Amino acid sequence: MAEDVKQAVKAFILEEFLPGENPEELTDDTPLITGGILDSIATLKLVLFLEERFGVAFQPHELDPEHLDTTAYIDRLVRSKMA
Amino acid sequence: MSYIPLHGYFVDAARNWPRNTAVVDPGRGSITYAELAGLTDRLRDRLAALGVRPGDRVGIYMRKSIDAVAAIYGILKCGAAYVPVDPGAPASRNAYILQNCQVKAIVMESRFQSKLLDDWDPQAPKPVILSIDEASAGAALVQALDDADSKLDAAPAIENANSAPSDLAYILYTSGSTGKPKGVMLSHENGTSYVDWCTETFQPRAEDRFSSHAPFHFDLSILDIHVALKHGAALVLIGEDVGKTPERLAPLIAEQRISIWYSAPSILALLAQYGKLSQHDYSALRLVLFAGEVFAVKHLRSLTQQLPAPRYFNLYGPTETNVCTFYEVRLPVPDDRVSPYPIGITCSHLRCRVVDADGRDVPRGAEGELCVTGPGVMQGYWGLPEQTAKAFLVDHADERWYKTGDVVTEAADANYTYLGRRDRMVKRRGYRVELGEIEAALYRSPAIKEAAVVALPDETLGVKITAFLSSREAKHPSLIELKRFCAENLPLYMIPDVFLWREALPKTSTDKTDYQRLKELA
Repeated sequence: MAEDVKQAVKAFILEEFLPGENPEELTDDTPLITGGILDSIATLKLVLFLEERFGVAFQPHELDPEHLDTTAYIDRLVRSKMA
Repeated sequence: MSYIPLHGYFVDAARNWPRNTAVVDPGRGSITYAELAGLTDRLRDRLAALGVRPGDRVGIYMRKSIDAVAAIYGILKCGAAYVPVDPGAPASRNAYILQNCQVKAIVMESRFQSKLLDDWDPQAPKPVILSIDEASAGAALVQALDDADSKLDAAPAIENANSAPSDLAYILYTSGSTGKPKGVMLSHENGTSYVDWCTETFQPRAEDRFSSHAPFHFDLSILDIHVALKHGAALVLIGEDVGKTPERLAPLIAEQRISIWYSAPSILALLAQYGKLSQHDYSALRLVLFAGEVFAVKHLRSLTQQLPAPRYFNLYGPTETNVCTFYEVRLPVPDDRVSPYPIGITCSHLRCRVVDADGRDVPRGAEGELCVTGPGVMQGYWGLPEQTAKAFLVDHADERWYKTGDVVTEAADANYTYLGRRDRMVKRRGYRVELGEIEAALYRSPAIKEAAVVALPDETLGVKITAFLSSREAKHPSLIELKRFCAENLPLYMIPDVFLWREALPKTSTDKTDYQRLKELA
C-alpha cells in the first residue's frame, strides 16, 4: 500500500507537471513546491487527484509546503488519513 | 481641497475614528486606529533617532502583517519613502533591490537577516536594521521598539513629516527587461491623487471591510491600504498561503464580512471554480474590483452567477500610473460573450491618448499605444535616467505622457479595449514578467549556453511561458534540476511552464535569436 501512494503521486506529477522527465530523477525527497515543480494551481490539482484516488479529504491548512513538499511527506499524510 | 501628504489621510482618520478597527490579521489579532497611530508615531521617532531623514528610503522585509502596515506609516511619517520587498523572493533579488535604491534602514523580520546580509555587496553601505521577531499583530514591532528604547537613548518625539507633493512616498520594484528589477518611484501626490479618485468612485465608508489580498510590493496594495485607512474602514490582511488556496479563502471572505474585494482575476477564477461559494454568506460584499491581467469571460460569468449581488469593476493600469482606466461590468454577463470586457474609460484625475509608433495621435477606433498623463503618473525609475526618458512621450506643450506599452483601441463611447503588448512583457497571476529577466536568470546557470523565452496565450494557464535552451555539455540538467535552479533565482510566478532543449537556438539573418520561429516551435 505504501508504495502505491508514492508511485501514484510520482506518476501523476511526472505526467502532469514534468512531461519527458526521466522518472528516476523524481525521488522521494525531491522538493516539489519549494523546488518550483508545483505552483499553487498544480498543488490544487494534485490534492484533488489524491482525494479522488485514495478517498481521503484534505484540510485547507494542509495545503502548504510543510505537508506536501516531497513525495515522502505526501505519502505520510495520505497514509495517516487512510489509517 | 488643500494638499496633505499620503500619511496625512491616516493621521486624520485616527483622529476621527480612534476606536475603529484599523487592521485585522485573521487568527492573529487586530489593532485600532488609535493604537496604530501610537505605534507608527513610536516607529517614526525611532527611525529618526537611527538617522533616517526626509528623502531617505527605508526597506520593509517581512510577512504581510499588522507590523508591516505600521512600518509603512512609520516610514512615511518620518518623511522617508517605503520600499516593500517580497519576503518569498530569493534573498539575492531583495538584496539587489535594497542596495539599488540605497535604503538607509530596513524594518525586517530577523529570520531573513542572515541570508540578506550574505547576499549584501561588501562594498555597498550597510543600512541600519530594525529587526523584529516573527511579525505578529504589531506585538513584535512593539517589542523591537521597547528593546531599542532600553538599549539606545530614548527617541525624542518629532513632528510628522510635511512631505511635499513631489516627495517620494514609495518605490515599487517590477520585473526589468535587462534582468534586474527596476524601481518605480511614486510620489505623495501620485498616491493621494489615486486615493482621492478611489474615494470619488467607490464611496468607501467607515463600516467597510477591505480585503488586502495583494502583497505590499504589488501596486494593488495601494488601494487596499491607503483607501481603507483614509476612511476609518478595516483592512483585513490575507496571507499568501491562504490567498492562493480557494478552499481556505472562500470561507475567510465570508467570515470576515469583506465588503470591498480587490485582487488579480486569477484568484477570483479559482474561487469561482473551487471555492464552493454557495456554502457561504457573502451578503456583506458590495464591490468586487479586479486588475492586473485579463479576466477570462468564462470564469467572470461563473463568478457573477454565483455572486450576483456586488458591483464588479475591471481596473486597468501599470504600476507607473496605478489605475488609469476602469470599467463597470453590467450583470448578467451574456451567455454568448467570449471577448474580454474593455479596460474602460479614463479615471478623472488622469488623461489618456492613443498614439502610433511615431507618437502621433491615431484616429479614434484605430490601434495604438496608450499613453497617460496627470498627477498619478510616476516620477521615473530609480537610478535609470535613460529608461525613464524612454518611458515618456513629451509633447509640444511639454507635457509628459507615460507610454504604457499596451496596444489599445478607443471605442465611440470612450471605452478603451486592450489588445496586447508592444514588447516582451507578459502578465502572470497579475504580476508583470519581463521575459528578458527570466532569460538573464537562466544564463546564470553554468550548464546553459543559450536561453530564449517566449510566451503564448493558453486557455488554461492564461499565458504559457516556454524556455528554449542549449547546453554547453552533452548531458544537460534534468527538468527537476532546472526548475529548482529557477526557484532559487526567480520569484515562483516567473518559472517557465515548459523547457525545451535544442542543439542551438534558431537565428535570424542578422544573427539574432529568431523569436518568431521559436513561437512557432513552442
